[in-house]
Amino acid sequence: MSVLIITEHNNKEYKPFTLNAISAASQINEEVHALVLGSNSDSVAKSISEIPNVKKVIHVNNPIYENYLAENYTSAIIKLAEGYSHIICSANTFGKNLMPRIAALLDVSQVSDITKVVSKDTYVRPIYAGNAFATVKSTDKIKCVTIRPTSFDPAPTSGGSAEIQNGNPGDTSNLSKFIKKEEIKSDRPELGTARVVISGGRGMQSGENFKLITAVADKLNAAIGASRAAVDAGYITNDHQVGQTGKVVVPDLYIAVGISGAIQHLAGMKESKVIVAINKDGEAPIFSIADYGLEADLFDALPKFLEELNKLNTIQK
Amino acid sequence: MKILVAVKRVIDYNVQIRVKEDGSGVVTDNVKMSTNPPDDNAIEEAVKIKEAGKASEVVAVSVGEEKAQETVRKALAVGADRGILVKADGVIEPLAVSKILQKVVEKEKPDLVFMGKQAIDDDCNQTGQMLAALLNWPQATFASKIEVKDKSLEVTREIDEGLETIEVNVPAIVTCDLRLNEPRYASLPNIMKAKKKPIEQITASDLGVDTKPRVEQIKVEEPPKRKAGIKVASVEELVQKLKNEAKVI
Repeated sequence: MSVLIITEHNNKEYKPFTLNAISAASQINEEVHALVLGSNSDSVAKSISEIPNVKKVIHVNNPIYENYLAENYTSAIIKLAEGYSHIICSANTFGKNLMPRIAALLDVSQVSDITKVVSKDTYVRPIYAGNAFATVKSTDKIKCVTIRPTSFDPAPTSGGSAEIQNGNPGDTSNLSKFIKKEEIKSDRPELGTARVVISGGRGMQSGENFKLITAVADKLNAAIGASRAAVDAGYITNDHQVGQTGKVVVPDLYIAVGISGAIQHLAGMKESKVIVAINKDGEAPIFSIADYGLEADLFDALPKFLEELNKLNTIQK
Repeated sequence: MKILVAVKRVIDYNVQIRVKEDGSGVVTDNVKMSTNPPDDNAIEEAVKIKEAGKASEVVAVSVGEEKAQETVRKALAVGADRGILVKADGVIEPLAVSKILQKVVEKEKPDLVFMGKQAIDDDCNQTGQMLAALLNWPQATFASKIEVKDKSLEVTREIDEGLETIEVNVPAIVTCDLRLNEPRYASLPNIMKAKKKPIEQITASDLGVDTKPRVEQIKVEEPPKRKAGIKVASVEELVQKLKNEAKVI
């Protein structure tokens, strides 16, 4: 039996985390099929077929898939599901929204957000915001699994030439309607995949002050993150939030500025390779997980940090 | 319009959890329990809609052990009209919870069902979507803004790329994000009043739902500990360490 991957895309290209889901799927079973539900999405099907791990692409090209609505996606996936042992996608807002709807209709108890594949039916997943890890075994006939993208390396993107098969659309649902998407465009690396992340918290005191973070981010080619407190206070938009209910990041370098280190935030960044904390409160919990802690006023430290970076001959990008 | 709100009793978000030595789970004895935080947002939103004259009744429901009654009672103290406790012991997976809620919905016939987007204990993020599937209702997950229209809701959702707005027909399921609103505190008079509000108690088996887990929990472990770091004295030292010791810049 094969594994079915649900491709996340924008009808032009697939989203990067699809590659992480594919590599997790390959660890379960080498026979990976990718489903592309889209509208005028030939280029997505084509580029997915070039991923060597993918053995077959099922492309359903229909205007009802112009926008991603779980109600429409689900019906098409259910029609295919019986032929597969596993259905897999990323545990980002795309997969979190979609997979439970599929699982319930298949009468399957989903396994969410796995960080490790132990065997075909056994996985490791974080619980309690990553303060514990559970090893769980699914006893359902079909396994519906979402994977934590940052826990799996992305699959290679070229060299494959999988067959592209046209699939049938599912039923059209009139239950919901897409209205608009406010996507924040940025030239910076994506938060989820950036090598360096610099995040600001409540200590930033205002949205205006995030320019101090931006200047350092420009220098280090870093993505910009934020604590929930900073987002709640309106300093920065929600797509920057790192934490249990925001994004999980595992960069080589994570710099936490003016962030005290609530459990909720640590859940999103504590697997980072090197953690730096800059905070004027020496007792802040963030220091207990930081490799390098600097007890200082961020308004002095950040400009000085930039100044020191400018003195370096080379900076890794 | 009638709104059903599902609330879950979980270990309080401020508690540093401990894993049991035998690896069978986490310690819950003598640990402070509270309402799952985004479920507070769900109750708040339902109560606000009622206060705006757009809903006639708010019913709070919880699935869990006897003590989950406290969680229902708290919802009553912030404005829900009555409560339902579906008693079920042991691990109740989201699939089973959604089947229980499906039965409650069939009986109560609400127009809307609200709940938090995720429970902070098992971090599954499944129940709302599963319930929507079982009822064949639309779902609006991760809601940060809800506008009640004539026979529909316009919901702004927090997604990875930013914000998305969708319209869902009523009846609908909405799972609430933390920025949807600011949950109120229960006042003392309202806590007293809540004691008189009715809570109906039923059991999962009364509803004919099989709650036997399908996912076997083999073991629970603590995450690997990070080795203790150091404090640096200056920005210069920090940059030097990052460059020459950690080699990350």
